[in-house]
Amino acid sequence: MSIKTHQYEVVIVGAGGAGLMAALYASKKASTAVISKLYPSRSHTGAAQGGISAALGNIEEDRPEWHTYDTVKGSDYLGDQDAIEFMCFKAPELVYELEHMGLPFDRTPEGRILQRPFGGHTNNITGKPVRRACHAADRTGHMILQTLYQQCIKNNVTFFDEFQVLDIIMVNGKAAGVVAIEIATGDIHVFHAKAVILATGGWGRVWEITSNAYAYTGDAPAMILRKGLPVEDMEFFQFHPTGIYKLGILITEGVRGEGGVLINDKGERFMERYAPHVKDLASRDVVSRAMYIEMKEGRGINGQRYLYLDVRPETVNKYAKIDGRTNPDGTPYQVTAEDILRKLPDIIDFCKTYLGVDPVKEPMPVQPTAHYAMGGIPTNMKTEVLSDEKNTVVPGLYAAGENACVSVHGANRLGTNSLLDLVVFGKEAGIHAAEYAAGAQFEPLPDDAADYARSQLDAILNSKGNERVADIANEMKHEMMDKVGVFRTEEGMQEALNKIRELKERFKHIHIDDHGKVFNTDLLTAWELSNLLDVAEITTASALARKESRGAHSRDDYPKRDDQNWLKHTLAWRRENGEIELRYKPVVITKYQPKERVY
Amino acid sequence: MLEKVTLKILRYNPEKDAQPHYERYTVEAEPTDRILDVLEKIKAYQDGTLTFRRSCAHGICGSCAMRINGRNRLACKTLLKTLDTSKEITVEPILGLPRVKDLIVDMTTFFDNYKKVMPYFINDEPLPEDGRERLQSPEERARFDDTTKCILCGACTTACPTFWADNSYVGPSAIVNAHRFIFDSRDRAAAERLKILAGDSGVFRCRTAFNCTEACPREIKITKAIAEVKRAIITGRLD
Repeated sequence: MSIKTHQYEVVIVGAGGAGLMAALYASKKASTAVISKLYPSRSHTGAAQGGISAALGNIEEDRPEWHTYDTVKGSDYLGDQDAIEFMCFKAPELVYELEHMGLPFDRTPEGRILQRPFGGHTNNITGKPVRRACHAADRTGHMILQTLYQQCIKNNVTFFDEFQVLDIIMVNGKAAGVVAIEIATGDIHVFHAKAVILATGGWGRVWEITSNAYAYTGDAPAMILRKGLPVEDMEFFQFHPTGIYKLGILITEGVRGEGGVLINDKGERFMERYAPHVKDLASRDVVSRAMYIEMKEGRGINGQRYLYLDVRPETVNKYAKIDGRTNPDGTPYQVTAEDILRKLPDIIDFCKTYLGVDPVKEPMPVQPTAHYAMGGIPTNMKTEVLSDEKNTVVPGLYAAGENACVSVHGANRLGTNSLLDLVVFGKEAGIHAAEYAAGAQFEPLPDDAADYARSQLDAILNSKGNERVADIANEMKHEMMDKVGVFRTEEGMQEALNKIRELKERFKHIHIDDHGKVFNTDLLTAWELSNLLDVAEITTASALARKESRGAHSRDDYPKRDDQNWLKHTLAWRRENGEIELRYKPVVITKYQPKERVY
Repeated sequence: MLEKVTLKILRYNPEKDAQPHYERYTVEAEPTDRILDVLEKIKAYQDGTLTFRRSCAHGICGSCAMRINGRNRLACKTLLKTLDTSKEITVEPILGLPRVKDLIVDMTTFFDNYKKVMPYFINDEPLPEDGRERLQSPEERARFDDTTKCILCGACTTACPTFWADNSYVGPSAIVNAHRFIFDSRDRAAAERLKILAGDSGVFRCRTAFNCTEACPREIKITKAIAEVKRAIITGRLD
């Protein structure tokens, strides 16, 4: 069959916030193409709700140093402090840049960008929550995605929409392009490039209850592993405390930022007991664990596996009074139903649509939902992909956004830092990839560049077993939710690892119904499942080895953080014989020595 | 509480079928299941060749616009309990764009029309000297809030009889996105956009059928936005 070949200096895989930001910068200096399995405006950045953090101090005093410390503390000291400091000090500049691109932030009466409190973001002197999250109602991610896509159109960026990248081409140890399938025709395309930027987002579809899109299948980390390169800190996957019960749809932490509280079956605001200072605005790992404990001890609503998130004005006003919360002018903080509706319109729409619940009148049933990958493809601050524990750079290969691990989130990400990560490191990726391309040659393409990708698809198309893709997927999701979720044990994780390996065997005996070329989503869903299985396996193996509790990785059998032995990043390879090899590298610590984490 | 639900789906495989045809699938589903959940079940366990777009599954990515019982809706925002499940539920691709396969249409024309209205922020004046944000009052920001909600799903444009008749009409979605910038106090290209929309393929092709407003899953008041653009063209004022 014929293979179509294209040549661009920089090729970007993924068109969410990181990919589009990279595209805006790379395309200023180099011929650039963005390849995405979705239309760019469908990317999951658009589902982010509550805000993007930056110490603008528009409402009250704030400092980038405080943002840095909060992020280090939030990461449970696993984040690399040089990278965190870089990101937090860049934050104001990047938020202004988005505003200058036209992003419609909400405004203060003075006309400045409006900010709200979010979990783990504090005034470091008083310890109280600080208004740091810059927002556009509860659709901040939508506005970022739209604004960046609009700017790409303005700047004539080249897109290959609905092209699924299947493989990275490496020549002489350098990135030389990617192989993709044009979904509408089934044709295979080779994109010859000097530099490749990976920005495919996360992999929350590994778990049963998730806030993540169907498209979040860990494509880039799975491709990286197949190239013999490592992934970093995969055991750290964030469960967001407030997903809609059973559906997992995200309810922004901004609800608690606006004064909403979590309530158990006894009507108690239980976060008082777990985080006496900031209560409902503790870090996500802390809140999700507290919710699991409440439910385990029988205080779920009606004994079920959910709790209430209550943002009714009377509830908000009651607890605001108890907390002594004030407006910037010192008057007591009080809200009306109209205020809630104005600040959280999409949340109210989701609840009415999916639950038949009006959050202004009734509390919302919520449970923790798989949300965000702190780990991913190891990179340095220039977003260059790293190949080992000595931080050796893979020439021409870059990664940014959720699929990358810089690491700015460590063991637990603070809310609003993901959107910041996207724009800060997406921009770095675009700049550095174009710079690299200017001084590099195109590596000669091997004749068989597309063979591996083709063989993966052929294996699925020709498989004549009787396993259904959906059964394997469902069993994986269930097992991972149960045993590699908020709380973990040695026994459970070992069972999960065995199960994932069994499922990988069964995957070799699947059969799919669609053998056509045009829009064969049956084939691509199966290929995506192979990625999810690889990511689930390496997540579990990394988690099993880490004998401590830190951030989102919480073990019943090792309940304490162990800095003596485990203040280090995991690097995980899958060797050709299928064995997983784990190695470790130190955390970068500059100003903040690890100490006990109290909220 | 599981119930039996039958979907009558318009199928078309360009590699096999000369003409589209309906096929029926019966599945067990909960009243709170979305049409998207039902389609996923059919694809997973009855017929893997059934083809549709989807991603976020909660009404924010705009992938899964389709005709459900003759109305343009997002499959992920349409719950079975809002439909009469004692009868067959008809599911068809959105109209007015070329069929690709089953529920998938070619969106190229839709996005080309979007790009015609300069759907991006334009202001070449110097930035504030302190490097900070351009100022905008909450009232100025509220002026165009409704049209910032658009997710480019195409439900409005492909519900428009004028668009069905002539694809060169930019359509309601493109006008919504033009409105978002025309009424943004920080933007400086309103006149150019209004000139484009005053042309042959612009707002005056709208016959106020209101289909767009009814179809919008984001509840954008599209007909009102179109009327405001028309008024701006006629009066030359942006209030």
